[in-house]
Amino acid sequence: MQFVKTAAALGGLLILAGTVSAQEYPERPIQLIVPWGAGGGTDAVGRLLGAEIQRELGVPVNVVNRTGGSGVVGHSAIANADPDGYTIGIMTIEIDMMHWQGLTDLTYEDFDILAIVNADPGGVMVSAESGFDSVEALLESIKSEPAGTYKASGTGQGGIWHVGLAGWLLSEDLAPDHVTFVPSQGAAPGLTDMVAGGVDIVPSSLAEGRSMIDANRVVALATMSAERQDAFPDVPTLSETTGSDWTVAVWRSVAAPDGLPDDVKTKLMDAIEVAYNSDAYQTFMADRGFGLRWAKGDDATEIVANDDAAFGEVMKQAGLAAE
Amino acid sequence: MPTVIDAAQLVFQPYVLLVIFCSAAFGMFVGAIPGLTATMATALLVPVTFFMDPVPAIATIVTATAMAIFAGDIPGTMLRMPGTPASAAYVQDAYALTKQGRPEAALGASLVFSSIGGIFGTLVLITASPVLAEIALKFSSFEYFWLVVLGLSCAVFISPGSPARGLVALFIGLFAATIGLENPAGAPRYTMGSVELMGGVQFIPAMIGLFAVSEVIRTFIKRGAEVRPPATPGKGIFRQQAKNLVTYPVQALRGSAMGTAIGALPGAGADIAAWISFAISKKFSKTPEKFGTGHVEGLVEAGASNNAAMSGAWIPALVFGIPGDSITAIVIGVLYIKGINPGPMVFITQPQMIYAVFIVFLLANLIMLPLGWLAIKGARQVLSIPQKVLMPVILMFCMVGSFAINNSAFGIGIMLVFGVIGFLMEENDIPIAPAILGLVLGPMLEQNFVTSMIKSDGSFIAFFERPIAAGLGLFTIAVWMIPLLLLLMRRRPPAGVSEP
Repeated sequence: MQFVKTAAALGGLLILAGTVSAQEYPERPIQLIVPWGAGGGTDAVGRLLGAEIQRELGVPVNVVNRTGGSGVVGHSAIANADPDGYTIGIMTIEIDMMHWQGLTDLTYEDFDILAIVNADPGGVMVSAESGFDSVEALLESIKSEPAGTYKASGTGQGGIWHVGLAGWLLSEDLAPDHVTFVPSQGAAPGLTDMVAGGVDIVPSSLAEGRSMIDANRVVALATMSAERQDAFPDVPTLSETTGSDWTVAVWRSVAAPDGLPDDVKTKLMDAIEVAYNSDAYQTFMADRGFGLRWAKGDDATEIVANDDAAFGEVMKQAGLAAE
Repeated sequence: MPTVIDAAQLVFQPYVLLVIFCSAAFGMFVGAIPGLTATMATALLVPVTFFMDPVPAIATIVTATAMAIFAGDIPGTMLRMPGTPASAAYVQDAYALTKQGRPEAALGASLVFSSIGGIFGTLVLITASPVLAEIALKFSSFEYFWLVVLGLSCAVFISPGSPARGLVALFIGLFAATIGLENPAGAPRYTMGSVELMGGVQFIPAMIGLFAVSEVIRTFIKRGAEVRPPATPGKGIFRQQAKNLVTYPVQALRGSAMGTAIGALPGAGADIAAWISFAISKKFSKTPEKFGTGHVEGLVEAGASNNAAMSGAWIPALVFGIPGDSITAIVIGVLYIKGINPGPMVFITQPQMIYAVFIVFLLANLIMLPLGWLAIKGARQVLSIPQKVLMPVILMFCMVGSFAINNSAFGIGIMLVFGVIGFLMEENDIPIAPAILGLVLGPMLEQNFVTSMIKSDGSFIAFFERPIAAGLGLFTIAVWMIPLLLLLMRRRPPAGVSEP
């Protein structure tokens, strides 16, 4: 009797499964995993994109925060899900660093990267009370003082702005740890600490320092990008000033587990493109001072791969990579 | 003045008022369920606010969180399970009053003084926000280090029983806080290869386990010894409070002021405010021996303090876009989505918006009185539910809360492990509260110590070099010394007499 019941239940499941595959994707809610906490920038981007994708595909998109472990937990949850298009996530730049640090075996190759939807270049910011008015003057002072005189902060140990700072110092023929890096819980605590006189430099994105810059407490000396940023037209690039060709940007992308069926992948990429171009998304990004950047599929994967190689190089030289 | 009228027009609309009422009820409900925190109430509300105009969206969060912080006292008083971490500091006294058959004395005091604290905090928010944020911004890792040490010292000194047992509990909490990847070196510790453990011991499931699950276990093991709290007379919830206000005016004021100041410090919220205020209250009390036995004095001060901190946390959030606690961290995200970029500019460009927020704060703290009264009346029904029915329901809510914090069954695992730890601790008379504080402040302690040492190139003197840090440091050391000195002074005469 028990066997009959089980068999009947299994049969029912199979029939259900059959009807599922016969219908066109998507026919049930999609889960969008955000590897960072509710209320942060990545969370906001994820929620807004989720709402627009929901409108486009006609099924609910549920945003789920899976935080902790410097992003390892959430990224693992995306990569380990079934590649059926019903679990996608916001993949952030940490994917290109965490495996070099030896925290996980996970790399960008474990994902089908659908699109890059935002990028914010790093910057060089100092306290308004520091007296520096140009990045050349700051660099001159860094070079003339002994190593360790200057301290910088704005992210955790081995985080994106730590790597960004080390890469800049290397490009100026300085040791990557010539400026001591003080780990912090993020750009906002780092900036607060700088204004309080705890550290001297914060190399995070200018968008993250925007309210402090507007309040005349922080001065933006340079942007670590090839071109000046639209939101900060008065801030010069490194190449304009010190001549360094180092660039770094933190990007956010939408990714799915590796092995997505082609038709599902195309449908998702198109929906994300519509979401990216929506008024709501464009206005939101402009209002928050986030940089807009669009790259789809293979183009996005190439950007992620290039960063992965560049960061690996800097992290090895700076002693941030695991043996 | 025209701005205030504009702001009032934004707030006093049927829709906004309805939103305030609904979110107040929601906040009461969430706060009254052990394990569901004010932060969680905010997180659950964020998707709802996407469909609202800016003012109702902010009103939703302000009202719900203010209610939740008060409502956290209800299960704390009736069942000895703080509904939110902010109620944990004085749960001992509140529950003792229930056992004496006077839960209305505890709940009335916490309701009225929550409201007073909230209104005080709001008035400070209105008048002094730029000034206070300025002071808080001068805090670097050195100052935070001392503040955390002060908080931990308080946890040991205010714990019932001997300081030695308090220290044991504190170290259990501090050890749990070392697990994971979120440490200054970014290196995995005690994770045993588990990706989930890299995220560390999540605070909410651990707290639910230590306080609520351990209580559930105890109920089922000691079924015969079950003590049913008698039903509340219910009268005089407010009447006794006029007397309390006359008896403890200094405590109410000090708790409100301290709570507002602590709330304004980035990173320190309502829970730390309640702990510190409770410790201060005990320290300066004429009858410190009554604390922990059902004494309202600490309830008055700490109850005012945690609600004042809720308002205080908005000061740095609005003025500089720096969150004062985990709730305002979420709020800042919502403000940006609504096109209000927190920062000094918003006071100039959208002053009516800021004033609308202030009005909502005052409304929320006033509506708390009648709604809180209803909630207390309703909560009496909880007492008439048999424990064997209530406990499984509580366990279910605990599981939902533990799961929801990170949408992961791992949270339920943490909850169960800490439930057993909490049960064993209590069986051995080790207080739970210091463990909780160790878990919360452990990461801050390590982070601020390590970053301070990196900044000072390994010199300890740096902890006293900055004026505010030196002041806080000396104060902390004084806190350690005073009990020792008192002890010595008390012992000296008999020691002299007994000398051969």
